[in-house]
Order: sequence, then structure tokens, then C-alpha cells
Amino acid sequence: MAKPEENRIIASSLSYAYPDAGKNAVDGVTMRVRNGEFLAILGHNGSGKSTLAKLFNALYVPTNGTVWVCGLDTRDDDLVFDIRQHAGMVFQNPDNQIVATVVEEDVAFGLENNGVEPKEIRVRIDEALAAVNMTKYAKKAPHMLSGGQKQRVAIAGVLAMKPDVIILDESTAMLDPSGRAEVMNTVHRLNKEEGISVVIITHYMGEAATADYVIVMDEGKIALSGTPREVFTKVDTVRALGLDVPPMTDLAHMLRADGLDVRADVLTVDEMVEEVCRLSSSI
Amino acid sequence: MLKDITLGQYFPGDSAIHRMDPRMKLILTIVYIVGVFMVSNLPGYLLALAFLYLVVRISGIKFSYLVKGVKPLRFIILFTFVLNLFFVQGETPIFSLGFFTLTKEALNNAIFFALRLVFLVMGTSVLTLTTSPVQLTDGLERLMHPLQRFHFPAHELAMMMTIALRFIPTLLEETDKIQKAQMARGADFESGNLLARAKAMIPLLVPLFVSAFRRANDLAMAMEARCYRGGDHRTRLRELRYTRLDVFGALATAAFIAVVMLEGRLLG
Amino acid sequence: MSIVIEHLNYVYMTGGPYETKALSDVNLTIHDGEFIGLIGHTGSGKSTLVQHLNGLIMPTSGRVLVDGMDLADKGTDRRAVRQRVGLVFQYPENQLFEETVEKDIAFGPKNLGLDDAEIDRRVKDAMRRVALDYDRLHERSVFELSGGQMRRVAIAGVLAMEPQVLVLDEPCAGLDPRGREEILGLIKKLHEEAGTTIVMVSHSMDDVASLADRVIVMNHGEVVMDGTPRDVFACGEELRGMGLDVPQAVLLAGKLRERGFDIPEGIYRIEEIKTEIEKIAAKGGRHA
Repeated sequence: MAKPEENRIIASSLSYAYPDAGKNAVDGVTMRVRNGEFLAILGHNGSGKSTLAKLFNALYVPTNGTVWVCGLDTRDDDLVFDIRQHAGMVFQNPDNQIVATVVEEDVAFGLENNGVEPKEIRVRIDEALAAVNMTKYAKKAPHMLSGGQKQRVAIAGVLAMKPDVIILDESTAMLDPSGRAEVMNTVHRLNKEEGISVVIITHYMGEAATADYVIVMDEGKIALSGTPREVFTKVDTVRALGLDVPPMTDLAHMLRADGLDVRADVLTVDEMVEEVCRLSSSI
Repeated sequence: MLKDITLGQYFPGDSAIHRMDPRMKLILTIVYIVGVFMVSNLPGYLLALAFLYLVVRISGIKFSYLVKGVKPLRFIILFTFVLNLFFVQGETPIFSLGFFTLTKEALNNAIFFALRLVFLVMGTSVLTLTTSPVQLTDGLERLMHPLQRFHFPAHELAMMMTIALRFIPTLLEETDKIQKAQMARGADFESGNLLARAKAMIPLLVPLFVSAFRRANDLAMAMEARCYRGGDHRTRLRELRYTRLDVFGALATAAFIAVVMLEGRLLG
Repeated sequence: MSIVIEHLNYVYMTGGPYETKALSDVNLTIHDGEFIGLIGHTGSGKSTLVQHLNGLIMPTSGRVLVDGMDLADKGTDRRAVRQRVGLVFQYPENQLFEETVEKDIAFGPKNLGLDDAEIDRRVKDAMRRVALDYDRLHERSVFELSGGQMRRVAIAGVLAMEPQVLVLDEPCAGLDPRGREEILGLIKKLHEEAGTTIVMVSHSMDDVASLADRVIVMNHGEVVMDGTPRDVFACGEELRGMGLDVPQAVLLAGKLRERGFDIPEGIYRIEEIKTEIEKIAAKGGRHA
């Protein structure tokens, strides 16, 4: 049995059906998010991955099964606000999750809701904005920012609440490549330096490839899981699930199909370079 | 079309007026307007104008800015002027034309009413020009806070104002985009009679509403995820404190009211 | 039919404190039947440029000629221009408004004043081109469809204008891999089968590399590169200097060259680099 002190989130036989929906959007999922882990949940649209994320934050309550967030059962009404403080959530559309008309006021929003003292709010805002490199935008209006900057403000708002887990529900889907890089670099840094567990929901393979562990959802169930290397090596299975593999993994797959002896679990350009070097010297 | 709409006409600055507590500014604006409505002779209006001019000078805003603010309301002001001219019963006719007789009282009334409106607009403009929307909602929420005891939704109103302010630029941008997208499909928003034009708005309004609902939905969920649970036990980042500036402001306004009342008694 | 752009300048909010130059001396000719990939980071002027192509924005100075018609000319029929140059905005599903799929797609043709039979033909044709089943979907509400289907309805709505040039602003934004593939597939088919000229704005260098036959790069409101994908992607350093990615194949080719392998310049497709690697493998250890 998974112990709560080693795991930030534990889901056990978790199911959720939307009201009036015939079938479960999430269907019997058992999984966990370890302390300090960077987890990616992949899946095509409608695979249940976003629903799963919302179960981790007590935005949805399980139809069946249980989710514990830092040992707290999300079905318990009295724990809802504790849970949301432990597991912060960043959403998809940068325009639809910023509440206030000034950046720092927005970062303060969650703290104000939780009745934190104004002096303490000030300190935490400054820390959070510094952690996402947005200090100099503290007094700006959100609509003047780029998409990546808006998402970093949203991350700061979550960070100010000192969470144990940050869940990014397709938070890079609407960004351009530089915005995506900004967000990914930020959460990776928070993961490494602050030890905050990160769950990213995404359909960008490049992002999933940087995670410690990958879960692929399909039809509400876990279809595949493992390290990025283990998962992406199964090129055909991943494709059948409506997803891509990183281009270099795809290239390795094609080369192997042509009878060349390259590793199947190549993920990056550098790894492919090494493989080519090995090929040219070994024969 | 975007640039034609000036939003929350806040004029950033660091003057004494800017730094006053928004609550005090709100109260003093109301007091000033009440004062202006008590005035009923020309010297009184000159005094009101002088006071306003002084405040505007301190704030560092150009007076022409205030005048510009009155412009959009010129028709309403003209309308009340004419209305007063026709309907106020007076005893001292100036001239008559058929059924219509212009009296001195009516003319006086018309002029004063128009002037009151002008001062009403200019007075509130000083408030909105020197107070950011955030401070304004903050001030309003806190002024209305005692009313919460009588189940007046002060916090909710302030939150709604904040969200509206936050989303106005977003929705304006969206309107512009949808309009262009429909124009790319040959839509015409500019020609035709009133009915045709109203009908042409449907392809713009439906997507805009759909989008606004989706945004509302998203925002509600995001607020919930950040522990939003209404106004109870909520703290605020910024605390409002009255300073010496506010005392000065209050005294100055009180002096203005006193003079207006005295002067009214002496001359009126 | 061609689009000619001469010395195009565009300034936002002229005279105000926020005056910004969005386009600066752009000169381009878009020829019949081309597939152009338009790239550049956010704010480089791409979106402003494409809105000039059908007269949604008018130049501050310079000219845009569509099929010889000057868009700034008072006498030019804007609707005729917008019929010839179809523009699909980013997230086009946000513009859907009609009760049914069929009515929404018919909006454009109706605005052109066509008769019912022709409108009907065009709706069916457009739905076929975006791989939506007319019989099954034409009476459905647009708001009941999946995200990918909604986007295809929106594209069909522009295709029903039967434009000769189709401009798409990031047609795949926000879609999952399957959705992307579907959209890219139908754009490719449109170009190949119907001969439609395509201008595709994209952030994905790999998509541009696999589809376009001409790549235009914008930076700070200027056209900084314009050529075949082979020529443009050969300038990997410059592209990265502008905050742009390069296709993975270009990256790999560059790194292999650094290691002393003899990879020809101008490689930008995965299939090409695969061939090169196979050559290396066949030659054996000569390079090691």
C-alpha cells in the first residue's frame, strides 16, 4: 500500500462520471504522485486527463474510489480548502484565470481568500513573483502581458499559497513556443529547487519527455505508463492512442524498421547523434 | 473601433489628490456634488468652479481633460436645459411666442440645472481620473461594508466590478477579432437600414456571448481552485488608511460647503 | 491570381503615446498555387500582414494589390476581394454562431448573394473538403460538436466562399496530435487537388518544413527571409537568434556535421536525414 508520507497524491480505483453522462470520464484509475516527482499525464482530447486533474484539486468529487491529497480525502467537505492549498492548479486559458486587474493583486487572491495577514501576503507575493521572474511586472495590468507571462502570473498565484503539488491542466496548450518554454522552465525549476511535485497534463510530447514519469490516458483508463523512455519506445502503441512520439524517437523507429541497429529509446537530438557515431564506428 | 473607447479614464500620477484615500475621495465627491446642488446663484457656481479648478491644479491633470469628459453628455445637458425652459412655471416673462412664454425663472432654472449636471460630471471625473479602478472598487467595498449587516452584498458587488474591469479589455479584443472574422466571410456591419444593421450584429453577438459564458465558467472554476469562498474572513493585500492628506481634503471641502451655505444666505 | 505587396507600412495607434510600427516596408508577391509558410515569433507582424491580404486592415502607406485591384482604392469591391482571399483566423471555432452546421457554413456564400442551389452545392462541397459527413452533421448544432469538428466547420465556412487564396493563422493551435494531423492533411489536399494558394502562419517549424514550398520569416515587422525551406532552414543560427526553432532534422544535421560527418547543406526533412544516416551506416567506420 502506498504510504501518504511518500506520496503527494494517491488515487485508488478512481472513477468520475459527469452528471447525465452515460459513461465514466475517468474509469478506475489507480496511481500516485511521489514527493518531488515531475509527472506528465498524456492523452488525446477527451481521454479523461483533464477530468483527472480536476479530481486532484477537489474541484470534482469522485463518483467511485478515493483521492488523497497529502493524506487528505477529497470527499471530505471540510478539507476542501486545505486540499486546494496543498494542490494548486493552473488552467489552460491564460485569459480566463486571472481575477484581478493588477498582477500583484491577482497573486494575492488565494491568500486573501484564506485570510492571510496583509503583511504576510506582501512577503509571499514578492517571493512568488520573484520565483517566476515576474517581479518587474507586479504593478502591470494582466492584459498587457504575453500568454507565457500570464501563465507565470497564474503559477505565482498558486505558488504564493505554498503548495506541495502544482497541477498544470494543459497550461501550455494555448501558448507559442517561447511561452511554452517559459512555463516549462519555470515549473522545472520549482520542481528541482523547491522540491514541489509537478503534474503536467499535456499533449505535447516534447514536454512529457522531460518528466520523470509518464501516464498515458485513453477512454478514462491508464493505457500506458512508465518513464518517458519506456513509454515512447512503444511507438506504434502511442500512435494508436492518438498521440505523437518525439521526432527523434520516430526517426530511430524508422531506422530500426530499415534494419539499422539503433537504440529504440532515443528521445533527443543529442542521443541520436551518439547513436549515429556508434553506428559509423561499430561496423 | 478599439481605440475609440477610453477605458476607466484613470490618469496615473502621484499628486496629493492621487494619494488620498479612495474612501475619502468618494465621500468628498458626494459632499461636493451635494454642495453644488445647494448653490442657486452665479457667485456660488463661480466658487464651485474655483474649488474644482484648485483640486484639478493640485492633481496635475489638464483642465481640458475634464471639459472633454462633459462632451459626450452635451445632448443630455441640452435636453434638460430645454425641458426646464418649457416646463418651469414662472412669473416674470421675458418674451412670448404663441403658446410659449419664456420666463426669467425658467431661464434661471434651466441654466442652473445644466450647470449642476456639468459640475456633477466634472466632479466625478476628478474622482475617476485620480483614482485607479482597483482603488475605487476597494474604497466602495469598504464604504459599503457596514451595510453587509443588512445583507447588502458589498463584497459581491465589488468583486463583480473587479471582474468586469478585468475582462473589458479581453472582450473588446475578442469583439474586434470576431468582427473581422465575420467580415472575412463577407459580413457587412456598416451599410443598410437600422433593421439590417441590427440583424448584422447577430453573427457578432452570438459568438461573443458564447465566449463570455465559457470565460465565466472557466473563471469560476479557477477562483474555486484558489480557495474563493465569498467575502467572509477574507483579508486584503492593501489596507486603506486615512492620512493627513485626507484630513486636509475633508477640511477644504467642509470650508467650501460652509462658504456656499453662508453665501447662499447672504445673497439668496 | 496573384497578390502583390509594395512598400507596405503599418503603424498602430498613430500619434498616440503607444504608437508602434507593426509592418515596415514589406515587399512580397504571392504567386498562384504557392504553399507559403509564414513564420516569426509572436508580435513579429505576421497577423497584421495577413489581415492586409483581404483588406481587413488598410496600409498606413504602400499598396496591396489582389488580382490587380488596389485594396485602398475606394472603388474596389472589398467583398469581391474577401471572396478571393479567404482568411481563417486563429481559433476560428470562436466565430461560429448559427443554429446548425449547414447554416453557419452558408453564411459566407449568402453574403455573396448566391442563389440557394449554389449555396447548397458549396456547403456540401466545403464539408466534403474538411471531411465532415454532410448527411450526418448538417443539421447538428455547432455547439454540440467536438473541438476538432468545430474548427473544421469554421474552415469550411471560409472554403464555401471558394477563395483562390486561403490564408490560415495557426490552424492547428490548441489541437491534439490527431486533430493537427487531420487539419494539416486537409490543407495539403486542398493545395494539391484544388490548386488553392495557401499561406499558413505557423509556430511549428516541423509542420512548415513538411508542407510549404516557400518560407517567409518575419521579425520586428520586416520580412527578413524569403525562400525555399531548404534555403531558409539552412540559416539555423539566424532563426534561433530571432527566437525561432528549427526543424529537428536541421538540428540533427548540424550536430552531425560538427562531429565530422559529411551531411549535405540544406537538409530539413526527417526522411532526408534518415537517408543520410543510412548512407553513413552503409559506409561503416570510415568517419570514426
